[in-house]
Amino acid sequence: MSAAPAVPPREAGDATPRALATPLARAEIERLHAGDEVLLSGVIYTARDAAHERLTRLLAAGDPLPVDLGGEIIYYCGPTPARPGRPIGSAGPTTASRMDPYTPALLEHGVRGMIGKGRRSAAVKDAIRRFGAVYFAAVEGTAALLGRCVRSAEVVAFPDLGAEAVYRLVVERFPVVVANDCHGGDVYEDGRAMFRR
Amino acid sequence: MRTVPAGAITAALRDLCITVNHRMGADMLAALERARAAEESEIGRAVLARLLENARVAREEWFPICQDTGTVVVFLDLGQDVHVDGGDLDKAIDEGVRRGYREGYLRASMVRGPLTRQNTGDNTPAIVYTRIVPGDRITLSVLAKGAGCDNMSRLAMLTPAEGREGVVEFVTRTIAEAGPNPSPPLIVGVGLGGTFEQAALLAKRALLRRVGDPSPEPDAAALEAELLRRINDLGIGPGGFGGRITALAVHVEQHPTHIASLPVAVNLDCHSHRAGQAVL
Repeated sequence: MSAAPAVPPREAGDATPRALATPLARAEIERLHAGDEVLLSGVIYTARDAAHERLTRLLAAGDPLPVDLGGEIIYYCGPTPARPGRPIGSAGPTTASRMDPYTPALLEHGVRGMIGKGRRSAAVKDAIRRFGAVYFAAVEGTAALLGRCVRSAEVVAFPDLGAEAVYRLVVERFPVVVANDCHGGDVYEDGRAMFRR
Repeated sequence: MRTVPAGAITAALRDLCITVNHRMGADMLAALERARAAEESEIGRAVLARLLENARVAREEWFPICQDTGTVVVFLDLGQDVHVDGGDLDKAIDEGVRRGYREGYLRASMVRGPLTRQNTGDNTPAIVYTRIVPGDRITLSVLAKGAGCDNMSRLAMLTPAEGREGVVEFVTRTIAEAGPNPSPPLIVGVGLGGTFEQAALLAKRALLRRVGDPSPEPDAAALEAELLRRINDLGIGPGGFGGRITALAVHVEQHPTHIASLPVAVNLDCHSHRAGQAVL
């Protein structure tokens, strides 16, 4: 077997999308920098406001979670209902900051990544560094394109929450941008500073 | 007196809910095209291109433009020479929303109690603002209003001494603090004057204007141009990733106000702006 070809070092914010399979290994997360474009393939789990409230209540009580989120990626998304013959409808991200109060506990539990839109709190950014995690941004107004990247969708927890239930999604080349990396980088701060007048 | 059956209102609302959630308006598409031509940020241009591609896929393949298919806000202009027959007007509107969201595979996003938060299951009730106007027609203007941008909206009761400068500062600060959260580039509705609650309603109504049309009032049009320049100097950019285009348009609506007051409200709409109208 020949040696793997040398991979050239990447610049921070490299614009060429990098294809990654989930779950993400710690070493892969450490190679990600704010501004990197990534195409994710594999399993991700949806959870938004109501599911976060329940998940963290279970963690605080020391009870098991209805789905094992260790090493996984949580997507802040409440999709539209699937038309017949499709796995899902449109599936863009919701505002991540509403999940900030719950996020450090989930990262401590072992969640490795999050997908959402918008800024995170200082406490979340600190937890991302501390636990070696990553926060990806997706673009909400591309919800139809994102929905088309979903190959299968299955409710795995809290079915009573409807669109807010936890879905296990299998996605293929799902486009995201690294918003907060585990080195303290923040695409929203860097991008804005570059264009502020 | 002209008679309009309540069922015609239901049918029109049902169709509007489905249409605005799948077909982006020509005004909004043109504004996104102009933004793509003007944007200097590479990632910003890529986001704008994807928003346009998303609008095409939504239209051609029947995916909602956004998964947040919104609160249905209805501006109902009811001609004083119209008689609505065969049912309660509010029920006819909600039945239209119910059918539109069920038959259009749109997300139910309304919860009954703001604190108890049980989903109503059919996206009702609509939020309805009715005006009695001259004539024998009914005009239904609809916004499918996303929450992410509504959440970043603000209102201030400024003093007359703070004046135009205070208004410019408040509106710009609102957008700066919202940052990437309301999904820029934005349509910015500004309500100026009236009373506390009317300023907010003016700001929401401003979102119904054809995207980018200036106010017919010269002072308001000049204020819109200055606000747009100030907002786009913030550098937030498409998707919030940095860039020149943070807002596509600023629409200012004014109303007379009290000698002691200068209310100003800012209502934001995201890059998935969904608006439509039907006349019965």
